[in-house]
Amino acid sequence: MTIHKGRIDERVLRRRRRVWTYLVLVGLAVFFLFPLVFMFVSSLKPDGRILSDVGGWRAFLPVGDISFDNYAEVFDRVPVGRFLLNSVLVTVAIVAAGLVVNSMAGFAISRLRWTGRGVVLSVVIATLIVPFETIAVPMVYWVSQLPTLLFQNGQLVYDFGWLDTYQVQIVPFIANGFSVFLFTQYFSSIPTALDEAARIDGAGWFTIYRKIAVPLSGPAFATVAILTFLPAWNQYLWPSMVVQDEKLRPVMVGMQYFFQDNTAWGEVMAYTSMITLPVLVVFLAFQRAFVSSVAASGVKE
Amino acid sequence: MTATISPDTRAASAAPKPVSRPKVHHERRSARRAGWAMAAPAVLLLLAFLIVPVILGFVLSFTNARLVSPEPTTFTGLDNFVRAFTADPTFLRSLVNTVCFAAVVVPVQAGFGLLLAILVNRKIRGAVAFRVIFFIPVVTSIVVVSILWKFMYQPDGLINSFIDSITFGAWQGTAWLNDPSTALTAIIVLSVWQAVGFHMLIWLSGLQTIPQELYEAARIDGAGTWQQFRHVTWPCLRPTRVFVLITITIAALGLFVQIDVMTQGGPVDATSTLVYHAVRMGYHQQQIGYGSALSLVFFVLVLIVALVQRFLTRDKD
Amino acid sequence: MKRKSLPIMVAAGFAAVLALGGCGRATQESAGAPGEITMWTHSAGNPGELAVYQQIIADFNASQTQYKIVEQNFPQGSYNDAVTAAAASRKLPCLLDMDGPVMPNWAWAGYLQPLGLPDDLIKTLLPTTVGRYKDTVYSAGYWDAALAVFARKSVLDKNAVRIPTVEKPWTLDEFDAAVTKLKANGYATPLDLGAADKGEWWSYAYSPMLQSTGGDLVDRTTMKSADGVLNSPEAVKFFTWFQQAFKNGWADNAGPVGNQRFIDNKVALSYTGVWNAKDALESVGDDLLILPPVDFGKGPKIGGGSWQWGISAGCKNAEGARAYLKFSFQDKYLTAFADSQVVIPSTTAAAAASKYFGDAAPLHPFAVLSQKFALARPATPGYPVISSTFEKAAKDIMSGTDVKPALDTAVQAIDTDIKSQNGYGF
Repeated sequence: MTIHKGRIDERVLRRRRRVWTYLVLVGLAVFFLFPLVFMFVSSLKPDGRILSDVGGWRAFLPVGDISFDNYAEVFDRVPVGRFLLNSVLVTVAIVAAGLVVNSMAGFAISRLRWTGRGVVLSVVIATLIVPFETIAVPMVYWVSQLPTLLFQNGQLVYDFGWLDTYQVQIVPFIANGFSVFLFTQYFSSIPTALDEAARIDGAGWFTIYRKIAVPLSGPAFATVAILTFLPAWNQYLWPSMVVQDEKLRPVMVGMQYFFQDNTAWGEVMAYTSMITLPVLVVFLAFQRAFVSSVAASGVKE
Repeated sequence: MTATISPDTRAASAAPKPVSRPKVHHERRSARRAGWAMAAPAVLLLLAFLIVPVILGFVLSFTNARLVSPEPTTFTGLDNFVRAFTADPTFLRSLVNTVCFAAVVVPVQAGFGLLLAILVNRKIRGAVAFRVIFFIPVVTSIVVVSILWKFMYQPDGLINSFIDSITFGAWQGTAWLNDPSTALTAIIVLSVWQAVGFHMLIWLSGLQTIPQELYEAARIDGAGTWQQFRHVTWPCLRPTRVFVLITITIAALGLFVQIDVMTQGGPVDATSTLVYHAVRMGYHQQQIGYGSALSLVFFVLVLIVALVQRFLTRDKD
Repeated sequence: MKRKSLPIMVAAGFAAVLALGGCGRATQESAGAPGEITMWTHSAGNPGELAVYQQIIADFNASQTQYKIVEQNFPQGSYNDAVTAAAASRKLPCLLDMDGPVMPNWAWAGYLQPLGLPDDLIKTLLPTTVGRYKDTVYSAGYWDAALAVFARKSVLDKNAVRIPTVEKPWTLDEFDAAVTKLKANGYATPLDLGAADKGEWWSYAYSPMLQSTGGDLVDRTTMKSADGVLNSPEAVKFFTWFQQAFKNGWADNAGPVGNQRFIDNKVALSYTGVWNAKDALESVGDDLLILPPVDFGKGPKIGGGSWQWGISAGCKNAEGARAYLKFSFQDKYLTAFADSQVVIPSTTAAAAASKYFGDAAPLHPFAVLSQKFALARPATPGYPVISSTFEKAAKDIMSGTDVKPALDTAVQAIDTDIKSQNGYGF
């Protein structure tokens, strides 16, 4: 009799806990979403309305003069397609090259014994501290001295200065202390017995990296992919300094097109809504791998 | 931060084969070569695009270099540093603000992130949807976020309207960004809002490595929710915890974009931070030598804090 | 995900980067087309302004075969960054525009060469649209902007406030009385000074008021010190008034940047520029008044000097650049700019022909204000530091710090900077 009652109590308790959890989660969801709802709803309103509505509930409601005009005007003012293409190119290049370069370094630091390993790790960690704005100017001086290859009049030519290229937006950001650090952490948690077995079988270290470490590190790759994608996509100070040709500009520099003497707020909202979307899509695609559970015991083949 | 070796692999490495000396030597050399080869691309790139500019910046901090100037640059030794600490009240205020900001944001964001991770880790329907929702602010550019929140912090803006309705008119809120005593708090709220989703995910991946058996064992022993947390969750999260703390600290100390977009260090320096002051002096005021000196002070500060943190969380390994 | 594809990905990645690197660079440096002249403007995102530029360029390129103008535009917010970066790497374009007060800094730094346009052209332009540094002309602009006080006639009449004219502007006492009355009669913050904005606006908008009291940003006779002008008794008087205006609740720095509050009739008097005039005209119509600013003692003053064109020092085709500039200063183009951007054209002929600034046109008062009261900001290479220091001091004063110490600190910062640069060549 008592056991039966206990089980009912437990179920009631569990349901109450679930209801509370849901309430809290929904409340938090509202907290996290409301500015973005505001942004999206404002993108449908004319400028004057946005500013007048800003103080009340109407800011969240698509009422009044609703239209997609702002979106149309954005395309008139800014070559959105071109900017999106540039951002995608630059970001994918940074992420892809970064995954390769940083995971190799992480593997080397965590699994191999070589002189200087400790120093390199310390230096990598030290680079985490550096905020980009403080080295932006020295970087510009430096980057404008670097040699590059050019096709000119049908032949390869050496030129100086990386300004106004794709590579200036990509190469400085491929190696990333944070990513190396994450990979180092993750690889350390993979048992070394597999390496030893493979070495005994005569495998080279690169093969071990490729065939053993990498396939087991799905979550780490997904994590680093997202973490490098975000800052790469949101870059704006650097491209506005070093990219002069409009054909090469990324999406965030386009944001500044709207801040003239009269800021076109509606278009700003429309534009930011448009550029946030691809990032969301990427995140949705990767997030499952990002938080997938790692087999905690044993190792899967 | 080290691996947990499972029983399987321990068995595999239980019986090492005897190995001859030249083979060991060969092993070590091949490991060294492979190590350098694989780390080389990253090291070279970091050297070229981070270390070199940082060194350039450091050198500049001992000069009176200007961004735009036909005057020759001269070495001025420690003048910039002396100036920062004795003749620049904005710098000292920035130092205080930066430390205050970090001191509040680190525990709040870490704790809030952990709470969210625990909530989202529960086996309820829609957990994934919530996980995504909490991460959306992270995905949005901080520039956009700053602009949106600036709108909302206006005296007749959303935040105050919300407060007004919640308290039934008892409190109308205040001019958040214009009041020296509330400006930094306002920035803290929006910074946490934007970044906590990211740390929630880090905590979450940590939480998901905790084997369920441990929880079941604790439950069988009669442990309630809080005790399960204290004795199972918290200890198992140690490596994640260290990582989260360090990343939040470094990001918090480097606060810049929100200040640049929303308050420009005001009102009356209440929101000026080290990085913002360094950029304002070095770039807007064109005193690149002085700005680099301020950046150097910033690096040293963060280095010290990171080392202290690492020391405090190091032991018991 | 990453088995055999890894080496392929790596190879593909690097190949892509190299290939893109090559094709990313446009034919800027090629020795191909002779007489190619690069031109940069800050008008990205401003389709109206760009359209006029493209028309001028097309016409110029078609009118002769010796030179070809190639244009690149940048968003205003990051334009100066781009120019500084280009100067650091010695890749400045031939023709570039710049905000008037920045020109001395760029001339001193060696970015620019003297403009070299014929004197009779320069003489026809409004004085604030010509940039002079050390008695040499380095830049000239197609337009100028102007500030005024916007008001509604009905509101002023209802509150029995005298409507000021250019000959008889408001005195400070009159103005204070008017604002007090407006506040008492229903306007929570009757005055919009634009204090929500940041950057150069502060110096542009508020230093004329300072100059109207007799103070200034820097001593223009020597250009070597701000002492005695920025912290003079007159300056203290002005900034005390400025601080009071916020303390009394006459103005605040809350609202969004722009003129929306005036359009919504939430403020009675709005101190803003000609760029907001068209919207105001459309929503307020005949009730709109464009009034001169307050006379703080030495006559009303407004800011002057907008974007102007210069030629970079390293330009190889300077003669072509000059030819282009001379071509572009035709009245029909100046009128086109004025009509699309609502800015005051730099010649009176163009003003007369424009739809907003002709004698009978609705915005003609702006042209008058610009002629009578405009005072350019000090032409010194130290101006960026002066402006940034002034902005900070004014903001701090607005937030309540003590006036004289704040001004003294600002003076010290400016003077130290000037000294550290050997007086900027003065």
